[in-house]
Amino acid sequence: MTTPKDKRCTEDEAVAELRSGMTIGFGGWGSRRKPMSVVRAILRSGLTDLTVVSWGGPDVGLLCASGKVRRLVYAFVSLDSIPLEPHFRAARQRGTIEDEPYDEGMFLLGLQAAAWRVPFLPTRVGLGSDLLRDNPRLKTITSPYDDGEELVAAPALTMDAAFVHMNRADARGNGQYLGPDPYFDDLFLGAATKRFLSTEKVISTEDLSKEGPAQSLLISRMLVDGVIEAPNGAHFTSCDPDYGRDEAFQKAYAASAKSPESWEAFREAWLTLSEADYQAKLRAAGGGA
Amino acid sequence: MTDQIASLVDRADVCAVAVAECFRGDGEILANPIGTIPMIGGRLARATFEPDLCMTDGEARLIANDEAFEWPNGAVVEHFNPYRQMFSWVWNGRRHVMMGATQVDRHGNQNIAAIGAYAQPKVQLLGYRGAPGNTINDVTSYWVPNHSPAVVCEAVDTVCGIGYDRAAALGPHAARFHEIRRVVTNLCVLDFDTPDHSMRLRSVHPGVTIDEVQAATGFPLVVPDDVPTSRLPTPEEMELIATVIDPKALRLAEVPNP
Repeated sequence: MTTPKDKRCTEDEAVAELRSGMTIGFGGWGSRRKPMSVVRAILRSGLTDLTVVSWGGPDVGLLCASGKVRRLVYAFVSLDSIPLEPHFRAARQRGTIEDEPYDEGMFLLGLQAAAWRVPFLPTRVGLGSDLLRDNPRLKTITSPYDDGEELVAAPALTMDAAFVHMNRADARGNGQYLGPDPYFDDLFLGAATKRFLSTEKVISTEDLSKEGPAQSLLISRMLVDGVIEAPNGAHFTSCDPDYGRDEAFQKAYAASAKSPESWEAFREAWLTLSEADYQAKLRAAGGGA
Repeated sequence: MTDQIASLVDRADVCAVAVAECFRGDGEILANPIGTIPMIGGRLARATFEPDLCMTDGEARLIANDEAFEWPNGAVVEHFNPYRQMFSWVWNGRRHVMMGATQVDRHGNQNIAAIGAYAQPKVQLLGYRGAPGNTINDVTSYWVPNHSPAVVCEAVDTVCGIGYDRAAALGPHAARFHEIRRVVTNLCVLDFDTPDHSMRLRSVHPGVTIDEVQAATGFPLVVPDDVPTSRLPTPEEMELIATVIDPKALRLAEVPNP
């Protein structure tokens, strides 16, 4: 008798599937529902030269500050309650990362194009702006129909691997968000070759419908290769309704951009630990830094 | 007489009314003001003269409440409006956004991405965000709470939101949805109602002189012979703002009285 696949794995097992130089996407939005336990595992790894695709938040800042990023594909980077991400800013101002900017809507089209396996999707977004100067990957296309309109061809943002964080999932990879917004997590997984979902809690398939309506079941197991159970795994970003953003911790993280010494102290205190030790230290500290 | 009344009115309330006026005539579209006073001004427009506007809770819902920031008696939800839906509104032409601007120039070009040379900027900001898509698809206005020559400047370093010169270069068909309606600042209201769409002084807030506005602007504004004073809030509007829309007076922190 055959049994369904159990896709459960650890962060470190998932990260072992990655290679330096890969293009890796992270779901969520700003400082909301980010797969942070996976980001922390990447920080502990020897991976370098990554191209990062993200609706940028502290995932981007942490990877930039740790020298993991060669190229950044993004429309914004923000910590929400702290509008400007200081570690991302420092990397840009030092000129240490390659920059591939998009408009937010164009970024959505790039994810959708990749998930639909077409090379681009057309849009008028970007016309007239300096995006066409600052992102040489962007090209325009003339409509083949009678209107003959010139449009921007938003290129497919294909990825080698993508990670998203869900409130609940089963061991087969069906994922559920219970917060206010699905963001674009399904598209990240559709755009990637290796696809991982981390979740606050792995539950049975039957129990998913006890947690929320069918519309909350955003991710199908057809889009998932690995399921990582990661309680508090989005910390310090928000994961409503399970928990809000840890604002005190985020402040300490942002403040660590002040000097190489303050970054080193933050890194030493929080980013050299295993995920279990990180969570234990948080609990001992009462939740905040 | 007007000056006496003006001295009794908070500058923040004048700004909120000026924001509200940007949405006059918009009808049944998504009014999407970003920022404290823009949120208040948008709510004010809907609660008074533009009742059919749709507005967000700042996250993923459209709600009917007049309160701008907190809904102690519960939010009245009209629609599920996650980010992916927001882009549909933008591309469907159903939105008037009021964005911030780190720089905005005489043609209405806006920058929120980076100050200095883009490749290695002096100051990295948010990124392009949605500014290119907003300005090519829908009416856009800007909110500047700190009017200075560095912000309202001769030329922006990076064009995120496109102004009238960029739109003109695209031609009338490609730019047929483009309109920069107003720039509301802590000192005045600006628009582009000139033959070549150069920025024009539309009104000065009570207590502000034309010279002060010009001194705070990085290029010569078009100044009509007769520049009116920005409309004062009515007693009804002041009451609404103070008791319903913004009872915690967050607006006074964004624009203190001079």
